[in-house]
Amino acid sequence: MLPDERGHFGIYGGRFVPETLMTALLELEEAYIKAKADSKFHEELDYYLQEYAGRPNPLYYAEKLTEYLGGAKIYLKREDLNHTGSHKINNTLGQALLARRMGKDRIIAETGAGQHGVAVATVAAIFGFDCEVYMGDEDIERQAINVFRMKLLGTKVVPVSSGTKTLKDAINESFRDWVTNVHNTYLMVGSVVCAHPYPVMVRDFQSVIGKEVKTQIMEKEGRLPDYLLACVGGGSNSMGLFYPFYEDKEVKLVGVEAGGLGLKTLKHGASLTAGTRGVLHGSMCHILQDDDGQIMPTHSVSAGLDYPGVGPEHSFFKESNRAEYVSITDEEALEAFKLLSEQEGIIPALESAHAVAHAMKMAPKLDPSEIIVICLSGRGDKDVQTVIKLLSEEI
Amino acid sequence: MNKIDRKFAELKSQGKKAFMPFITAGDPSLKHTPALIEKLESSGADLLELGIPFSDPVADGPSIQRSSLRSLDSGTTLGKILDTMSQIRAKADIPIAFMSYYNVILRYGIEKFVKDAVEAGVDGTIIPDLPPDEAADLISVARDNDFATIFLLTPTSTDQRMEVVSKASTGFIYCVSLTGVTGARKQVSEMLAPTLDKIRKHSDKPVAVGFGVSTPEQAEAVAKMAEGVIVGSAIVNVIEANADNPEKMLDEVGRFTKKLSDAVKKA
Repeated sequence: MLPDERGHFGIYGGRFVPETLMTALLELEEAYIKAKADSKFHEELDYYLQEYAGRPNPLYYAEKLTEYLGGAKIYLKREDLNHTGSHKINNTLGQALLARRMGKDRIIAETGAGQHGVAVATVAAIFGFDCEVYMGDEDIERQAINVFRMKLLGTKVVPVSSGTKTLKDAINESFRDWVTNVHNTYLMVGSVVCAHPYPVMVRDFQSVIGKEVKTQIMEKEGRLPDYLLACVGGGSNSMGLFYPFYEDKEVKLVGVEAGGLGLKTLKHGASLTAGTRGVLHGSMCHILQDDDGQIMPTHSVSAGLDYPGVGPEHSFFKESNRAEYVSITDEEALEAFKLLSEQEGIIPALESAHAVAHAMKMAPKLDPSEIIVICLSGRGDKDVQTVIKLLSEEI
Repeated sequence: MNKIDRKFAELKSQGKKAFMPFITAGDPSLKHTPALIEKLESSGADLLELGIPFSDPVADGPSIQRSSLRSLDSGTTLGKILDTMSQIRAKADIPIAFMSYYNVILRYGIEKFVKDAVEAGVDGTIIPDLPPDEAADLISVARDNDFATIFLLTPTSTDQRMEVVSKASTGFIYCVSLTGVTGARKQVSEMLAPTLDKIRKHSDKPVAVGFGVSTPEQAEAVAKMAEGVIVGSAIVNVIEANADNPEKMLDEVGRFTKKLSDAVKKA
């Protein structure tokens, strides 16, 4: 079973962190292993997932979109219907219960699109933690609604003006805070990235997505789907969908990265499709770097995919050919954003629109007997401002 | 015997402590680096920690972050730093340990890095985001080439970590004086003394203390407790303040280094 006891998925993963954090990571790992083996922890988590977050959410047959594209049957896993509007709450509820067990009273986190930040601020409010969320200046500007939501929930949003002023730099700052305040502070990582045990822990908490899909599709279709599609920034909604199907080799897994302005322009966030092996934020994974090992600036219309690294387990899935990774440009994602809104009355997050965009390419080439499940990881309200700006001529 | 080991042995026999400044290679640009190192040595530095800039230095506070950025902006790369080592070695003889984040070395190639560094006259390396647990490849090549692998211990390190890290360290053990990132602090951390006591139980290797040491008074206090004192951000701040006046930069860096070095020698 992967990862190994030091968090390696093949050659990927591991723990590449300053020594100050090694003890904290070992403590966290121990606490997590204990909680995982405790049925009370699972009862508690299930309670909050059901009563507070609103799980299970539907696996919705997108009949009109299916007809419009004229090929494979398309289902949408409605993570956008969760409380706070994305899949991020699955993970933050789990980690908040863990932080409470560990006796921590302060939570810090990083956020890109603000979806994780809002989910962290939400659990901080309900469980009574002090909370600070690091967010890049550029993201604060393009995700203003989420910034206000976090503030309303009682969280302090700390602007990050170093480096590229996006998610990567927000993670750097959250590490620096954790190194400084490690005695009372819990670092709530929002994706399947960073040092062990975060990638495996976040995957486990997000696996509720794939487990529900498995049950729901058996009820509706009596068989497993042919394709699973999800967007990949750090890769938590995709890993949550993919992982429960890992052993079901007939199910093809497709991760969709941010192609930005196109892979040739170097303005993208496609670390798996266009990156190389490296170490970023505590783990070995595919990263976007120059010839000298410096991390390259990234670009995506969606703040949540604007990241130069990726979860190490995705790197492992890629190299072992268990999953395929593709990229979708900003323009294609915007098309999908509009199409899903028009056809199904569902406004997707720009991140999730990347997965929808790839389905638009794939579905028409497939037989109507084939089934695609798309993880609709979040709702698009937060992106309306961005899209208004980008489509200004058409509105 | 590695040059770093020799230096600590020599100082010990004289009853003295080591002063080790840190600067980033290429800050403000690589053409200034050889003269700066010559100045550091002539002003009393016993060893040098030479930073290789990285775009995402998570263990560093604002001073060294800005220093890395200045260096990167002036086009510095690991390859160019290695090329400049011949000019540095023509001017300065002090033991030099590179400080680099792991990705830069991984990208260059671990074996090639160690061999090229040794050939260029570098004596060891400090990699703050590479704990010994992940460093088997580096350690094996380094041992074959008599290249020191300096790992870090911190106030949060448990006995188990102390054992792992002190065993893997050669040259010296880098003791982080506080929980936090690099940068000047008002006073020496209260966590330092108990951390040093704990390290001594696991190892008799020389220990140099860094992070949060910035004034001659602090350097003297730390030198009373450890074999070496590392000052980084405070020196880098002097470089930053005088970046547009190279002559003044050398003078000011020399003057400040002298004060720190005298303070260490007093202890």
